[in-house]
Amino acid sequence: MAYRHFESVEKHAWMLGILTAVMVSLGGLAEILPTFVEATRVKLAAGGKPYDPLRLAGRDIYVREGCYLCHSQMIRALRFETQRYGRFSTAEESVYDRPFQWGSKRTGPDLARVGGKYSDDWQRVHLMDPRAVVPQSNMPAYPWLATARIDGADIAARMRTLRRLGDPYTDADIAAAMSVDGRTELDALVAYLQGLGLANGPQPAQAGAAAAAPVARTSP
Amino acid sequence: MASTEYYNDRVVRLFLLAATVWGIVGMLLGMYVAAELAWPGLNLGIPWVTFSRIRPDHTFGVIFAFGGSALMGTCYYVVQRTGHTRLAWDRLAECTFWGWQLICLLAMATMPLGITQSKEYAEPEWFIDILIAIVWVSFGAVFFATLARRRIRHIYVANWYYGAFIIAVGLLHVVNNLALPASLTKSYPIYSGVADAMVQWWYGHNAVAFFLTAGFLGMMYYFVPRQARQPLWSYRFSIVNFWALISIYMWAGAHHLMYTALPDWVQSVGMAFSLVLLMPSWGSAANGLLTFNGSWHRLKSDPAAKFMVLALVFYAASTSEGSMMAIKTVNSLSHYTDWTIAHVHSGSLGWVAMITIGSLYAMAPRALGRPAMHSRKGMELHFWLHTAGTLLYVIAMWIAGVTEGMMWRATQPDGSLTHAFIDSLMTIRPLYMVRWFGGVLIWLGMWVMAWNLWYTAADARRRIILPMPVPVPEPASAQTPAPAPAAG
Repeated sequence: MAYRHFESVEKHAWMLGILTAVMVSLGGLAEILPTFVEATRVKLAAGGKPYDPLRLAGRDIYVREGCYLCHSQMIRALRFETQRYGRFSTAEESVYDRPFQWGSKRTGPDLARVGGKYSDDWQRVHLMDPRAVVPQSNMPAYPWLATARIDGADIAARMRTLRRLGDPYTDADIAAAMSVDGRTELDALVAYLQGLGLANGPQPAQAGAAAAAPVARTSP
Repeated sequence: MASTEYYNDRVVRLFLLAATVWGIVGMLLGMYVAAELAWPGLNLGIPWVTFSRIRPDHTFGVIFAFGGSALMGTCYYVVQRTGHTRLAWDRLAECTFWGWQLICLLAMATMPLGITQSKEYAEPEWFIDILIAIVWVSFGAVFFATLARRRIRHIYVANWYYGAFIIAVGLLHVVNNLALPASLTKSYPIYSGVADAMVQWWYGHNAVAFFLTAGFLGMMYYFVPRQARQPLWSYRFSIVNFWALISIYMWAGAHHLMYTALPDWVQSVGMAFSLVLLMPSWGSAANGLLTFNGSWHRLKSDPAAKFMVLALVFYAASTSEGSMMAIKTVNSLSHYTDWTIAHVHSGSLGWVAMITIGSLYAMAPRALGRPAMHSRKGMELHFWLHTAGTLLYVIAMWIAGVTEGMMWRATQPDGSLTHAFIDSLMTIRPLYMVRWFGGVLIWLGMWVMAWNLWYTAADARRRIILPMPVPVPEPASAQTPAPAPAAG
């Protein structure tokens, strides 16, 4: 094709604009549309539920404080990862995460399966003053979490918004949100952390939904 | 056409001032968060000073406030000069300036308070996102309306990049930020889990592609020939690279999610396109560098040209590094480590900041009605501070990243892991201090630039500079090949 033909594109702003818009859309469409279709098919296995009010409050505190900037929640399918953190993460484990919390940087360790790894007390002390339990840590302290209180009505409003987006909350679930009114943010964040890898993992098909998921756990 | 039309440099000067201020603010924040990683006591137990709350302020401050102001300012300058026309819609153009500054202020005031979507590089909440969309559409309207009234038939390549930057960033912003508000300060994205991850990194990657690459390539394609005082090395090569770059970049986002729960085929497609992407990236870098052929001696006398040449070298280096890191095997080592931070900063401090600083030094005297910058020695000093700081930063983080990657995967002969996680942190802690020191040098350099610009702007402050007339009558209609950038 002679250069002259292409010149018409370079002399008409609208042609240049439209062609640019087409070219930049192709890649996104080709990758996002199929992923989107696949993702909508992903469901948490039977027995899995969206976040209960306390853990939802905790998740939103995790988001608010920006924990994702230093902690991933995505164990890659690599041997040294599964050895350190446990079974690799799967798509269904994050179906209720809006936004997803996979992270992109590990200044601290991965948290996808941190639930149950430490005691509640350890988590509390660690959040109040990380260096009290891990002297070499460079994690900031979050002392204000111990005094800030959760607003039950706000959590109920959040659950209603999530239901509108498709998360399967029942009216009873939302009514239960008032039960967390007045709990500290520290309670909520610890509840969220202690559920990671357990409550959001694939549940056994049988009735024992309360039991821990059968994930292979290894240390450290 | 009236023969008394003048270029609108007022809005350009405003953006120049904003870019300087935001550069200092954004890099101060970067320096502080870097110090917090080395000395965690600096978090002080205050919520809005804590690392995890203000790190998004650093990224937003340098990318969107500093980079955004520089891009919009140079875009308005370039589209007027290459089209031989005054900016369309003066008032709307001025509104885009104040609107953008309001967005930056609002975003950087709300994020430390915990009002955040927590989507990387798209943290501001829904009400700020709506403002961004409005200002962005206005910016696009001013740009394309100015193109529509140009007197040069051929649209110069710099404008294509600015155009692609405007169109793609608008598209990315809207798609990635679709959310349902639960209250004024909290919203939930309509995507969840894997779909959200894919959309977020399609956005995150292409924010790099179209904000931090296409936009700044627009800057490069105008100011490099201008500063080298000769036409682009190959105009046709710039066309090939433009179409290749904008179409291939959009496919590569999945390389941020290697070995994750993202479908495997998407990861492989992302890796393949990331490798192909090396060609248009190096093409643009080569085109810029070869433009200096025959005028390399100008590097001895012009620090702005030095900034540009080093920017292009860093651009070539960090794009080849990026393609390499997208190879799955390499990514298994580099992902989650400080290598990513090194890569981002060799791109942002090396390429983006240097081409911006070089272009600002080239544009400022012309927009401020002076023959040259106030102090050439000041520019020299800035160049060496910035270069030394960038090298310290990047080399420290490369070493840190590879160390982390190696330590996390090391195993004993019996198959057990060699190191606890905390061991890697203790090993790289001194490198965090080196990185902080590199940041200090860069920040000091920004103050030198601010001082230099302040004195260069002396006449403009006293309002004694004359507006620059648009060269009319219009030039010959048939212009093949494309004209060199307009003088002035």
